[in-house]
Amino acid sequence: MYIRDTIAAIATPLGSGGVGIIRVSGPEATQIAEKVFTGSGTKNGGGFESHRLFYGHLINPLDGTLIDEGMAVLMRAPRSYTREDVLELHCHGGYYLVQAVLQACISAGARLAEAGEFTRRAFLNGRIDLAQAESIMDLIASRTERSLGLAQSQLEGHLSRSLAALKAPLVEALALVEAHIDFPEDEVDPAVFAVVETRVASVSSDVGRLLATYATGKVLRDGVSVLLLGLPNAGKSSLLNALSGTDRAIVSELPGTTRDLIEETVSFKGLPVKIIDAAGIRAHHADCVEQEGVRRALDKVSEADLVLLLVDGTVPLAEELIELTVSLGSNPYLVVVTKSDLPRCADISRLSAPLGVSEISAKNRFGIDQLVTLIYDHFVQSDVLSAGEGAVISNVRHRDILARVQQSLQSFDNNLQLDLPPELLALDIRAALDALGEITGETTTDDLLDLIFSSFCVGK
Amino acid sequence: MHSYETKYDVIVVGAGHAGCEAALAAARMGCLTLLLNMSLDGMAVMSCNPSIGGLAKGHLVREIDALGGEMAKNIDATGIQFRVLNTRKGPAVRAGRAQADKQLYRLRMKRVLEQQDNLHVKQGEVTALYLEGDQLRGVDTRSGIRFLGKTVVLTTGTFMRGLIHIGLINYSGGRAGDLPSLGLSDQLRSLGFEVGRLKTGTPARLDGRTIDFGRLEAQYSDDPPVPFSFSTERITMPQVPCYIAYTNPRTHEIIRSGLDRSPLYAGVIEGIGPRYCPSIEDKVVRFPEKERHQTFIEPEGLDTVEYYPSGMSTSLPIDIQIAFYRSMAGLEQVEIMRPAYGIEYDYVNPVQLHATLETKLIANLFHAGQINGTSGYEEAAGQGILAGINAALKVQGRQPIMLGRHESYIGVMVDDLVTLGTKEPYRMFTSRAEYRLLLREDNADIRLREIGHAVGLVDEATYAGFCQKRVQIKEELERVQSTRLTLSAAEKSWCERHGCADLQKGASYEQLLRRPEIGYQQLREIDPQVTELPGAVREQVEIQVKYQGYIERQLEQIERMRKQEEARIPSDLDYKAIPGLTSEVREKLERFRPDTLGQAARIQGVTPAAIAIIAVILKGRGDQQGES
Repeated sequence: MYIRDTIAAIATPLGSGGVGIIRVSGPEATQIAEKVFTGSGTKNGGGFESHRLFYGHLINPLDGTLIDEGMAVLMRAPRSYTREDVLELHCHGGYYLVQAVLQACISAGARLAEAGEFTRRAFLNGRIDLAQAESIMDLIASRTERSLGLAQSQLEGHLSRSLAALKAPLVEALALVEAHIDFPEDEVDPAVFAVVETRVASVSSDVGRLLATYATGKVLRDGVSVLLLGLPNAGKSSLLNALSGTDRAIVSELPGTTRDLIEETVSFKGLPVKIIDAAGIRAHHADCVEQEGVRRALDKVSEADLVLLLVDGTVPLAEELIELTVSLGSNPYLVVVTKSDLPRCADISRLSAPLGVSEISAKNRFGIDQLVTLIYDHFVQSDVLSAGEGAVISNVRHRDILARVQQSLQSFDNNLQLDLPPELLALDIRAALDALGEITGETTTDDLLDLIFSSFCVGK
Repeated sequence: MHSYETKYDVIVVGAGHAGCEAALAAARMGCLTLLLNMSLDGMAVMSCNPSIGGLAKGHLVREIDALGGEMAKNIDATGIQFRVLNTRKGPAVRAGRAQADKQLYRLRMKRVLEQQDNLHVKQGEVTALYLEGDQLRGVDTRSGIRFLGKTVVLTTGTFMRGLIHIGLINYSGGRAGDLPSLGLSDQLRSLGFEVGRLKTGTPARLDGRTIDFGRLEAQYSDDPPVPFSFSTERITMPQVPCYIAYTNPRTHEIIRSGLDRSPLYAGVIEGIGPRYCPSIEDKVVRFPEKERHQTFIEPEGLDTVEYYPSGMSTSLPIDIQIAFYRSMAGLEQVEIMRPAYGIEYDYVNPVQLHATLETKLIANLFHAGQINGTSGYEEAAGQGILAGINAALKVQGRQPIMLGRHESYIGVMVDDLVTLGTKEPYRMFTSRAEYRLLLREDNADIRLREIGHAVGLVDEATYAGFCQKRVQIKEELERVQSTRLTLSAAEKSWCERHGCADLQKGASYEQLLRRPEIGYQQLREIDPQVTELPGAVREQVEIQVKYQGYIERQLEQIERMRKQEEARIPSDLDYKAIPGLTSEVREKLERFRPDTLGQAARIQGVTPAAIAIIAVILKGRGDQQGES
């Protein structure tokens, strides 16, 4: 009935909550657990004992790097929600971390679950009483509605338009190949494969571009990152605390012991913002260790979507800060004058501030809300988010699907070069269309025949 | 009404390509069968083109043969040109196509029917089904005879309320020169069947004595011609060519000048015609930029001067027909012997059928062929044999057969019809088959012989031959897997000659065969054992080895779908009592009443969530039945 592969999804709401749970269900749950989790309790003896919570490390199975510390519990079939082997991974909450753990599960062999798929499995496996069918279906339906609602949002609208635009040339390419196969005696253009190749190549490059937006468009995937930069005692920590105040959810905290960086992810009006507190910069410091820290902080600048350059308003403007604005170059930065509750000493006008100057006092929360709005507006108006006519891939599922599309199209290209027969080439295009269909809806044989008969004069 | 004394097991109404296969199948399976046709001179008539096969259609013919049907043998015995199409493409999309001597084709089939044990062939026009309450008891004919039968197979072709169009002139007829069948479709409608209207057409027949063949390009038969039937050793009929001619801008101008008198463009025709078989006026209107259209001028037989210009069907008035045919190079002097015409006829919505081709409304009533909205001799015959088999199985109290999409084109066709219905005459294309690589002409026997034998259509000798072939394939596959290159001097030079000098010692013959440049043709130079094998065995092994990766991929897909395909939905399932189905889905399911979960999933508008609910309901039922 259903393909018994292993599915994974984030079980907790995104962007809030101190703990995030990733749930995995299916026959490979145990293997995935072994790949993404190492815990002292699971090493010696028989691995995962069912229904027992283990403490350990969540790791990226591709390179073995540490993602987070966390806990894992394996619930073996049939004593689980879906009656399949179910793995739950608990990590620190927050957009970035939870996504990273989900990605780790996918790298380890899971497939991203469809909306309501855990419930569907529970239900197919008879885990849920028949009498509950109706309420279950309501649940599934409401989830679908939610995803439909999402699809109607502006960004998703862009995306589906872009994907629909990818589909048309593929259907055309397939129709050409199919017409070539089914009507060998009709006068179908003999140069058909040149056209097909062009169509596929154009789609392939479009898919490549879209996939690239996933890599670069961190805004939508991880939220955005904001780097706090300033001299020691400029008030970075106070600002960090103020920004992550009680009205905004603190979703993660990574003590920056190894990187001299502290990161916190907060949600500004639903936009996940990762705030990175870099080490205080003192460019002319003789201490080698601290210089290393400065270098790292400056490295971080290019990775950050926005830099907040903190200026202590109570002391005269340091020449180092002017040098710093020069080294920031084209990286966007906002000048934030701190400690505005105290008398001003610094001459801010000497600083170049293309994005403007903001005055705050972390102590009495003066200017904090304005700063938040400033940051939010900066991103919402920036090219990355509104993205003009170009769509941006924002979620793992879409990336997943497009990667499969890309793979099929590459396979088509290889097979075409190998001169394989058209019915095998058709398989590759069909596979790409089927993958795309998971977002845009299925391409039926009738769609194909429609195009064949409207494009070619075939048949007798 | 006079009740005839013999009580039949199976009554087949109509002796076209569907009816002939249905009647033969039922009779060969031991059922006392009656085949009724409006005229006994009109059995197995090829009403349109004089050819059998082509892409996907040739596949159907092979499947019919594997099941134990007659069509392949009939064309092998009466075919006057055989060609394999798509020889430069892969094996899955190669297909045979043959020109038939139409009269010989018809007469041979008539002889086979007449000599078949358990089969009565009688002339009669069925005007109504004979029912007692909702129980089907037999059929009534226009001449006042009532035939009683346990099951009835309706294969009405284009005859039910047939209306012939030539220009704006129209008249009732089942086919040019034949009467229509009246009354039956009205009764079907009153019984609750959704009766609709379709349209098809056929070109003029041209007098070969007035065609200048010297100016046309000839196309000859393959040499040697490849037969359709697995049982035919070789083709013995004389082979003749077809000819290729073209329209030109003047032809198109003439056609356009007659459009105001086209019944199609004037809105006289209400039925929907097939897009894949457009009339010449359709082609000219829809593709104005094309300067010429190709036509194959095909002989209708060895002993006739009639020729069939394929792709030139029309319902334009006769003066336009004469003028446009004569505007073509080589046809300047042509005489039309039979005018082209369009025909409208009644069909019954096939979603009202089970995949066995039994109707959902009336038990023991089966529909096959154009009545189900299909087009083509092969499509008709494929349904005919399935309907005949299932009618016979029903009489014998045995389980019906349903052919899967993964095992046959017949299965794809029937599934498409019963789950999607059709808005235009349905024709088979290879692109309709998602498991196309598995559904090849060459392996039709491997796919279906077992079923044909199990139902009792394939005789023991044929079956034994098939079993031997299957064993040989298995053994040869094992042999090529285990035989390895020793890289002796002879093998080394062979490798170099065939561009595989990179092969290592110990490489298996299977690895050799997997290479595009190596086949048995090359392998036999170093492997003398090969020559002892029959060609059909070598062909299977070569295809299976070369396409192994693709074949396995498709087999995996089938395996994933299997549970869903095999989950039967009881015909009394009360969709109203199932909570959680949306009203749209519920309405669809009640209308279609799918036989399996797989069918349900293919009905448009039935969501995966709904399928999940039904799956659980079915599982619940299964558990209860298991306990009780």
